[in-house]
Amino acid sequence: MENIISVKNLNAYYEKKSHVLKNVNIDIPRNKVLAIIGPSGCGKSTFIRCLNRMHEVVGGTITGSIELEGEDLMKTDPVLLRKKVGMVFQKPNPFPTMSIYNNVAAGLKLNGTRNKKTVAPIVEKSLKQAALWDEVKDSLDISGINLSGGQQQRLCIARTLAVDPNVILMDEPASALDPISTSKIEDLIFELKNDYTIVIVTHNMQQAARVSDYTAFFYMGELVEFSETRKMFTSPDNKKTEDYISGRFG
Amino acid sequence: MKEKGFFYYRKKAVNYLMIFLSFAAALAAIIPLAFIFYYTVSKGAQYLNLSFFTQMPKPVGETGGGMANAIVGTLILIGIGGGIGVPVGIMTGIYLSEFGNKKFAAVVRFMADILSGVPSIVVGVVAYTLIVVPMKHFSALAGGVALAILMIPTVTRTTEEMIKLVPQSIREAGLALGIPKWKTTLMIVLRTAWKGIATGVLLGLSRAAGETAPLLFTALGNRFWSTSIGQPIASLTVYIYDYAKSPFEDWNNQAWTAALVLILLIALLSLLFKIITRSKYKTN
Repeated sequence: MENIISVKNLNAYYEKKSHVLKNVNIDIPRNKVLAIIGPSGCGKSTFIRCLNRMHEVVGGTITGSIELEGEDLMKTDPVLLRKKVGMVFQKPNPFPTMSIYNNVAAGLKLNGTRNKKTVAPIVEKSLKQAALWDEVKDSLDISGINLSGGQQQRLCIARTLAVDPNVILMDEPASALDPISTSKIEDLIFELKNDYTIVIVTHNMQQAARVSDYTAFFYMGELVEFSETRKMFTSPDNKKTEDYISGRFG
Repeated sequence: MKEKGFFYYRKKAVNYLMIFLSFAAALAAIIPLAFIFYYTVSKGAQYLNLSFFTQMPKPVGETGGGMANAIVGTLILIGIGGGIGVPVGIMTGIYLSEFGNKKFAAVVRFMADILSGVPSIVVGVVAYTLIVVPMKHFSALAGGVALAILMIPTVTRTTEEMIKLVPQSIREAGLALGIPKWKTTLMIVLRTAWKGIATGVLLGLSRAAGETAPLLFTALGNRFWSTSIGQPIASLTVYIYDYAKSPFEDWNNQAWTAALVLILLIALLSLLFKIITRSKYKTN
């Protein structure tokens, strides 16, 4: 398997005091879905926020190395990096003052691509990829916050796709949604992995089992186990992993 | 079920009492406003006619005439004040909430709070010292600067508070799309907070439009037509002050009319802001 991201000896801190990630080593395979599981506070979100350098936005620091396609992440301009590594957040967060169309176009327009002939097809394609086009194609000019929660989240996915990233990070993307919307998002993840590498943080073990090819189990800031999802959920190597998956703690 | 006892009825009574008290307080708060409206309309409306807006003040002894120069003067003064005060205030507010380092921002915030409590006549003295003295004469510019200084703290603090209300998740969404921080702030955060900021700007402009004291020894006043920012300029408030204390009945009446026009001007400004900041989208 070919890896797109390679993480070596990653340590992450918040303001030097709390040591959130401890010596994490992981290779993320290209065009696969990697699920990150683990109990609250184990560093899952911090880990994916290191991958697009959003960790430093909230004052965090890291040591160790992260390489994206062989390039050192910490030497890449974060603004350029985030176009390659997109992110979908836990709570749908469409831009409240923008229309559906402009929400999807925001990443392009605000980065200088203003030509309508270029932008419009990308908006349409992104909304189709996010399985939202049929529901909104007649109301592209209404505000994004008029959509339902599930639709808003797919809008946020479309917005991320429009910038044409290679990697999409998802931080519990379905935890604020109802079961039907959740299954739509999961179907979407299944579709998207043909073209993108997806790293998804989830609290929901069934979800990890359903959508991912690989699973990483974090506990207390350490990567306890990383293997193919099927193996992880049938015969985990580590006792802690087994206890967590079978619901004995966490 | 247990019978409703003494405590039940006492709770109910206290509840109604509190509702009544807060209603009474709300009423007390709007009574002065109602009186102001009643007096200015009843005393000022009868002299309100087209010539008040189009004609110049008549010389002493003649009746009639208007305050065209003062209306334009007030507009120019709040134009200069707003032109300086609004951008400085908004940008300071952005700095405080988005970029400021903790210590320096705290100092700036504290200063802004003090500045908003400084009596306006003191601000007038400052503008007098800074501009009138070096220029050696009174000017619209000096008046405008005094008004700008008065506007800045209001605009700054409202901008800061409104930007702080924008959820962190909106900023992160912008940054995560690879949009640089300054653009995220300007095109996303500021746009989200825009309505609240506009309210702050409006408050600042309204306050400035109603100021008299700092204009007395900066813009001074002018009985003639002038739109030059380097010359003394007339304003409605200074006219109200002069005419209200004058011994001529006609002038006293015109002072009421000027007061009414000033109130209408601010009402118009509010309406304009409401229209500008109206949301483009229908919300459910």
